[in-house]
Amino acid sequence: MSAILFDAPGPRARRRHLLMGIATVLGIIAVFGAVIWKLWSEDQFTAEKWEPFVTPNIVELLLEGLVSTLQAALIAIIGAVIFGLVFGAAKLSDHRVIRWPAWLVVEFFRAVPLLLLIIFIWAFQGSQAGVIMPLVLGLILYNGSVLAEVFRAGINAVPPGQAEAAYALGMRKSQVMTIVLIPQAVKIMLPAIISQCIVALKDTSLGYAIVAPGLTGAGREIWRTFENRLATALVLAAIYILLNLTLSWLAEKAQKRIGTKRIELVGGIVQGQPGGTSSNMGAL
Amino acid sequence: MNALTENFDLLLKGFVETIKLLLASGALAMVVGIFVAVARVAPVPILRGVGTTYVTLFRNTPLLVLILITYYGLPEIGIDFGFFIMVTLAMGLYTAAFVAEAIRAGVNGIQTGQVEAARSIGMPFNLTMTQVVLPQAFRFVVPPLASVFIALTKNTSLAAAFGIAEATFRMRGLLNEYATERIAIFFGIALGYVIIVEVISFGAHLFERRWAVKR
Repeated sequence: MSAILFDAPGPRARRRHLLMGIATVLGIIAVFGAVIWKLWSEDQFTAEKWEPFVTPNIVELLLEGLVSTLQAALIAIIGAVIFGLVFGAAKLSDHRVIRWPAWLVVEFFRAVPLLLLIIFIWAFQGSQAGVIMPLVLGLILYNGSVLAEVFRAGINAVPPGQAEAAYALGMRKSQVMTIVLIPQAVKIMLPAIISQCIVALKDTSLGYAIVAPGLTGAGREIWRTFENRLATALVLAAIYILLNLTLSWLAEKAQKRIGTKRIELVGGIVQGQPGGTSSNMGAL
Repeated sequence: MNALTENFDLLLKGFVETIKLLLASGALAMVVGIFVAVARVAPVPILRGVGTTYVTLFRNTPLLVLILITYYGLPEIGIDFGFFIMVTLAMGLYTAAFVAEAIRAGVNGIQTGQVEAARSIGMPFNLTMTQVVLPQAFRFVVPPLASVFIALTKNTSLAAAFGIAEATFRMRGLLNEYATERIAIFFGIALGYVIIVEVISFGAHLFERRWAVKR
């Protein structure tokens, strides 16, 4: 699209673009310069601010945090996929008794702020520090509900001939769902599923609010000892960015390998998850 | 239900704070997001690079970590405008990346003939954008933008972890005070969020209908 927004630039436009490019670069240099000067003048470049991140036992602390974050994310994603498959299929059930409660559950957990849910579960089991269960359970319920919608859309996106052919072969409803529809739906919706995984990974940072083990918890311990909050927060951000970029890179590879066409569902299905389906770089 | 009725004004205050956060960070996100979106389709390659970098960085950082940076980090180097503004800053800049993506998707949704027509009557890039592309893009952009703002509504709950007395913060207090009514408290406050979310999607619906393109 952007290629047709403007013509191939002529000599004057090229000169102008060059000027604007130079202005942008100068602007970026100015901003970076200001940031570095500010950090410098506030003594942010001293060894005691950054040394912790090369000290073995602090690195170990961060690694422990990373491991519990990844564990939480992994359990949450597996749980959410199962939850999503069950409720996604339930929303398509022929029986009203199954369809309506499933709809209600999915809508509710999608509409409620994840942190509210996590704090509620945490308070319900006694507000102890150091437990990761409320975080994982909250992530499963929330991401599972989003995935339920994704799976439902995916099942609906399978050409109807597939189900008809399966029925014609004499398959039962449950067989049609598990053998024919769900495998194809998962393939169709793979990008959306993976971007939801990135969302889940990002949301593990909420463990901070309930004093759960994880990267953000490790960060808090570090800056309590060393009083280097800015440095610690920047290191945490870098770790998360690296993790997410790795995951989206893997997603891209997986997608190329499977070779499915992307389905754009902006606005319709994944309400509350902008970017969730239109790209696989991670959503809100 | 006592917990909810007795503390109704407290809850209301909490939701007012939630809405204040939503409006402040939403406005910031719109302004920054539009700039980033335009940069991402600009003819100057470096500007495009800046836009892409912004989106990549802010989309892949958890909002909580961004708030840690602005709320705990920036005051360390003498940048401090108070709790509320520092949290709003993080939320606004984070959401701006998603606003930019929604708008870019809208720009990409416009029929190429529109742009070609604008180009062929001699409009330069800035006129093509301001007169033809953006007014139409806003229509395509209403549903995804509504999703962005719904997500932002839910994300404002993160402010509770930083001592801003909004709805989620109030719930935490009430959960401790009224241990026997936890479920009622949770559903009551969840209902408040659901109402805000519904208002946003209803508003988006109205806009969409009003600005619908007749084809």
